[in-house]
Amino acid sequence: MRSIRDHLTVRLTITCWIALSMGGVIADAADAAKTPARQVLFSRDIQPLLARKCLVCHGPDEAESGLRLDSADRAYAKLESGTRAIVPGKTATSELLRRIATGDDSERMPPEGDPLTEDEISLFRQWIAGGAKYETHWAYRQILPPSLPTVKNSAWVRSPIDQIVLARLQKMGIVPSPEADRPTLIKRLYYDLIGLPPTPSEVDAFVADVSPNAYQSVVERLLKSEHFGERWGRHWLDKARYADSDGYEKDRPRANAWRYRDWVIEAINQDMPFDQFTIEQLAGDLLPDATSMQKLATAFHRQTLTNTEGGTDQEQFRVEATFDRTETTASVWMGLTMTCARCHTHKYDKISQREYYQLFAFFNNSNEANFAVPTSEEAMQEYLLEKSTHDEKVAALEAEYTKAKKTIQPQVEAWVTEMEAKINASSVPLSFAAIELISATATSKATLIQQDDGSLLVSGTVSDKDKYTLVVKVPATPLTGLKLEVLTDDSLAKKGPGRAPNGNFVLSELRVYSATNQDFSQPQRIELATAEANFSQDNFLPSGAINSKDRTGWAISPQMGKNHHITMYTRAPVLFEGQHFLQIVLDQQYGGTHTIGRFRLTTMSGFDPLRALSKDLANALRVEAAKRTDKQRQQFADHVASLDPTTVKLANQLAELKKKAPKSPTMSVRIIASADRKTRLLHRGDFLQPADEVSIGVLAAVCDEHPLTARSADQKPDRLDLASWLVKPEHPLTSRVVVNQVWAHLFGEGIVRTLNDFGVRGKLPTHPELLDWLAYQFPRELHWSRKELIKMIVTSATYRQSSRHRQELDTIDPTNLLLSRQNRVRVEAEIVRDLSLSISGLLSKKIGGSSVFPPLPAGVAELSYANSFKWSTSKGEDRYRRGLYTFFKRTSPHPTLISFDCPDSNTTRLQRASSNTPLQALIMLNNDVFIEAAQAMTRRVLAEDSENDVQRLTFALRLCIARQPSDAEVIRFHKLLVKSRAYYQSHPDDATKLTARHAVEGMSAAENAAWVATLRIVINLDEFIVRG
Amino acid sequence: MRRGVDAMINHTRREFLNTTASGIGMAALGSMLTHDGLFSRATGAEQTVGPSAAVNPLAARPAHFEAKAKACIFIFMAGAPSHLDLFDPKPVLKERHGQPLPESMLKDVRFAFIKKDKALLQGSPFKFTKHGECGMELSELLPHLGGVSDELLLVRSLHTDQFNHHPGQLMMQCGRGTFGLPTMGSWLTYGLGSVSKNLPGYVVLTSGRGSSGGATLWQSGFLSSTYAGVLFRNRGEPVLNLANPQGIPVELQREGLDVLRHTNQQRYAEVHDPEIAARIASYELAYRMQTAAPELTDLSGESQATHEAYGLDRPEPKDLNGRGKQGDTYKSFARNCLLARRMVERGVRFVNIVYASWDHHSNIPKELPYNAGCVDRPIAALIRDLKARGLLDSTMVVWGSEFGRTPLGENRNGKREVGSGRDHHPYSFSMVMAGGGLKGGQVYGATDEIGWNAAENRVHVNDLHATMLHQFGLNHLKLTARYQGRDFRLTDVGGNVIPQWIA
Repeated sequence: MRSIRDHLTVRLTITCWIALSMGGVIADAADAAKTPARQVLFSRDIQPLLARKCLVCHGPDEAESGLRLDSADRAYAKLESGTRAIVPGKTATSELLRRIATGDDSERMPPEGDPLTEDEISLFRQWIAGGAKYETHWAYRQILPPSLPTVKNSAWVRSPIDQIVLARLQKMGIVPSPEADRPTLIKRLYYDLIGLPPTPSEVDAFVADVSPNAYQSVVERLLKSEHFGERWGRHWLDKARYADSDGYEKDRPRANAWRYRDWVIEAINQDMPFDQFTIEQLAGDLLPDATSMQKLATAFHRQTLTNTEGGTDQEQFRVEATFDRTETTASVWMGLTMTCARCHTHKYDKISQREYYQLFAFFNNSNEANFAVPTSEEAMQEYLLEKSTHDEKVAALEAEYTKAKKTIQPQVEAWVTEMEAKINASSVPLSFAAIELISATATSKATLIQQDDGSLLVSGTVSDKDKYTLVVKVPATPLTGLKLEVLTDDSLAKKGPGRAPNGNFVLSELRVYSATNQDFSQPQRIELATAEANFSQDNFLPSGAINSKDRTGWAISPQMGKNHHITMYTRAPVLFEGQHFLQIVLDQQYGGTHTIGRFRLTTMSGFDPLRALSKDLANALRVEAAKRTDKQRQQFADHVASLDPTTVKLANQLAELKKKAPKSPTMSVRIIASADRKTRLLHRGDFLQPADEVSIGVLAAVCDEHPLTARSADQKPDRLDLASWLVKPEHPLTSRVVVNQVWAHLFGEGIVRTLNDFGVRGKLPTHPELLDWLAYQFPRELHWSRKELIKMIVTSATYRQSSRHRQELDTIDPTNLLLSRQNRVRVEAEIVRDLSLSISGLLSKKIGGSSVFPPLPAGVAELSYANSFKWSTSKGEDRYRRGLYTFFKRTSPHPTLISFDCPDSNTTRLQRASSNTPLQALIMLNNDVFIEAAQAMTRRVLAEDSENDVQRLTFALRLCIARQPSDAEVIRFHKLLVKSRAYYQSHPDDATKLTARHAVEGMSAAENAAWVATLRIVINLDEFIVRG
Repeated sequence: MRRGVDAMINHTRREFLNTTASGIGMAALGSMLTHDGLFSRATGAEQTVGPSAAVNPLAARPAHFEAKAKACIFIFMAGAPSHLDLFDPKPVLKERHGQPLPESMLKDVRFAFIKKDKALLQGSPFKFTKHGECGMELSELLPHLGGVSDELLLVRSLHTDQFNHHPGQLMMQCGRGTFGLPTMGSWLTYGLGSVSKNLPGYVVLTSGRGSSGGATLWQSGFLSSTYAGVLFRNRGEPVLNLANPQGIPVELQREGLDVLRHTNQQRYAEVHDPEIAARIASYELAYRMQTAAPELTDLSGESQATHEAYGLDRPEPKDLNGRGKQGDTYKSFARNCLLARRMVERGVRFVNIVYASWDHHSNIPKELPYNAGCVDRPIAALIRDLKARGLLDSTMVVWGSEFGRTPLGENRNGKREVGSGRDHHPYSFSMVMAGGGLKGGQVYGATDEIGWNAAENRVHVNDLHATMLHQFGLNHLKLTARYQGRDFRLTDVGGNVIPQWIA
């Protein structure tokens, strides 16, 4: 609620139309109201009436009975009925006049709603009599440098802004307000430019500065402050619908969203020209040799919501995000509300549904992408420095290692010779033999039945754990190992090979015993030295099955449903003399029915002398020496180096050093990349109802005189062309819209009060020449510099006026359309808290970085979906960071922010509301953040070198309101202090509670508490949170 | 104490009028202090910033025409309960349990999880019986609601445009499934203001786990946060920041507020900005809320019979589980129903009780009885209680959700099996209403024989809203707020008042 102001606007606009400059005619507000035979102006008088009463049915969308009243040729044309709605100059034959004035209910237009008033009918009559001229809507007209009006007494005038404002005031016989006093001025500048309060000494210095540049130098100092980027960055983030989470049901956190926020702060601090600022955000990725920062800038349009709710159609939400990009672009840069045209041609503004999808096509030809960018420039510089030092160390060690390798060349040759000898000596070739099974049992009583292929299939009881024991005959040749194959079977869950529901198993241990008789009363353990498998699950390696530990074992997830095998080798060949039997135990103690479902065992004899070597190495050794390649010789050298203590040590050192390599400070961020899609008009905006294909393009109403062209003739226009088109100085909307936004941040209201609507139903500019003068200067003289524009405005006499309401103007201009004073504006949600933290000395002034989690009342985060969100309160200085760094969770935003009208960031917001509610009062009175601020403020105030209570209270008040408080004010707070003292002297417990934090050293709790109880009320003063 | 505070406030009023007697803003201040609207309300599309934007934007305002309802208790069952297992008996569906649907019917429909080529129809496992003189058929899971069926308007033919939870919930609260719009409670307080002198006009109570929509379900959208729902909490202080800070006694709070008020008044006398007066009024209302809200949530004065009727002391059922189970969900829901009545008694305009979640993609036979058991008794008790206190005629109770659930069983695994859950279903669902001048003891509308489409007397969400507003004396076409050049309505571009619902 803009509260009382807006409401009064309605009244004023009826009695006091503010005129537009048209054909050099300036219709005065007062004249318009007073003179009955005033000139009828299309923009002021007729267009709004048409929009309100006629165009819904007789506009671009509907054209009932063939009649359209939005353009001259259609309105003058012969209708289906044979009549003409409007015959210029001929009131008698204009059917429109007859139909709006008729007493016949069945004929009267409009058919629904209230009929036109006598005055309205008279306006139409005069307009038609005068020729029924249609004119281009003011906002679509070319921006021309307005001729500046002359003023009588120009001493007040500091800039053309003032000249235009004063001329209007003088016509109305009004003098401007006096300049605000200096404390108010400096507080105003601090609040507006950096969102922080001036200290009393800064106020004093400014008050005492007699130089003519005193004001200017404060302005310049603040524009250079890094906090300027925070203050104005946050304004921009409203437009970018910036947040730290996805939105919708799941609303997952976006841990890296802040990187774009920091880009905005930096760009604004560096005063990136607005044209570049625009191009990089809309199309940074398409710039030639785009830097990572330019790509990051495109995150502007990655702030759209993402729906990861189960069962969503992702195309639906891709289209939804593309709608948002289209509409946000139109709104932020052109002040146009496009949303209606998603489903149908706009009822009032000249935006057809087809044109909507032509603009949509620019963003439809985009994809959401992720991209690595430096976490910050400083971090990257630091990293590059560290990295070069580190790289040097690595290079040095590598050189040493290479040298060491050279010195062991003789060992390499010796090793090769030894291996070649082994190959030659090996006489028993590797072979496998099926076991001769005597018995197979399971401790679980599951049955093991031998199949035709020799495998054993387990069935029956499925036990949590199991142990299979097989007794077999010993092989005739020396035993060198065992091979266990685990096999799939249709009888098993997921085909096995395990019996667990997912087909897995865990072989905890495989043990082999020999004995001379079948009862194994005197078993002899045959040790297994190594094991290898074709595949093994992470953390379930083959070695686990022979290490005598039940906790470890071999398993095969996720490769269930396939055969696998494990081979285990004895330490040395085992030869059995006389009658012997083998007992093979498959122990499976993992639990959860992780037992084997089907398997086959074979015994192994003979061995491969090169088994321990890699396949490549073994193969190379088998190659004739003369035929070996350099690569193979290198493999031998590497292998020997991996065994030699000196080289191993160096290799380890090198590995350790490399591990310590500084990490590149990059992070993945969400950005926009280009894509190629066919764009179709979507019937009623439904992604499931695509209609005709549309070409890419912009709005005819805007681009007829200002065409968009692709930068190369053989290509279709893309986002970069769109962005360049928007920021051409000739664009009729962008500059007007943007200067209006900046103006609104400095006056609380825009020159066009509907910041988000420059269409025919929006408000007319209160000072058209002022809007056009600024809009003309901004891209040209000011080179799109935001700081220069702000400087130009805040140094004007208009800005410097007192904000005191003027009773004598209450009836003619209660909402200050004429700018006869400044406006009082309650600061934004983030700033409300920043101010209190600042005056208490608690505020951390750190710029940028990850979003933070200041204290949040219990039970708030839990309101988000399925209580999935946990808020872990930041520690240290992050508890006291500025409000714009607070983590913004879309479905559960911080209640203090929301209570003070921080937008929900689900859609772009050009203008914040400014409500005034009891919840706000409760926050400032009782919320712990503000109590802590009062506690810390007490410490600060009492640390001042003051003589008495009055001085201390004066200082405290000045911290918050800048000006010198009146005696009455100080006395009032002193009474509160005295009463509080009395209370806490007799209530020590309460005193202790109130001074639990930031207690003042060497002061009694009662005295300390009395100050806290008093200063918390100072923080609540209206004047503190209002920019005066 | 109260008398003392009142005296102080009266003193303030006099002082205020004296100090500002010659000043601008007299009308505004007078209005603030008498809780009247400053300006007569504009109607229709001309209205740009809404009704009275006086110092107190919540000042009570007259309706467009005579209102039957003064307050609304909206019980929002987030997650979408199965209408087929609670409100809409479908014997044919039961007969065809386990059968597939013809392909032609499935061609253009969407599901979140159902694999439609293999999905099968799923009859309700619950019995339906007739209740009351009207003979309303309700599921065995709702015996207590059955007991008040003659008060109930059961609508079986609702349908919505939205298919996923969050957009669907926004659709039900805002009339359109998009972000940034005011919710029902915002529209009502924007249109009518609030008659409560010391409580917010629009209150939210939650039970169970967090809903898909979170805080967006009580947002004020593009309207000022004045019209946002104020969340009353289940634990700790009833409203955030309600309690004085630790170590600040009530007398120092009052002393401090007096100093604040005097200083702000002095400032007002100097700069004449009516926003200062509004701020003073906000602080005074905040102070009154500090007393009123704890008094409101203190249920010790309620009789044992009331406690029992609402089921305030019921333990969580041991043998049932539900996805909303939080340990004290039964108690907190019952308590919220009783709190709603106490709020309405104290002039609160709109109470939104949000209870999540009913998103039964599986396990309906076990979980739905938990949820239904949670809400059945307290809601029936609420309706009886309101009636007994003569408040039902002026209080509209609405039980509803964002959409319904499929007649097909959910087969997320793609198997040809019935399953135990149901998927999202925007094509038909049921809602129950009572009081507020609505005609009870009737079933309105019907779905087709398997409960797929709303077939007879179809009701769009916009129609529901249009009719609700109508009962509050508001023409849904005229209750508008302009934003971005468009006159927005709760009913978006649709909405027809349903005369059959009106008593």
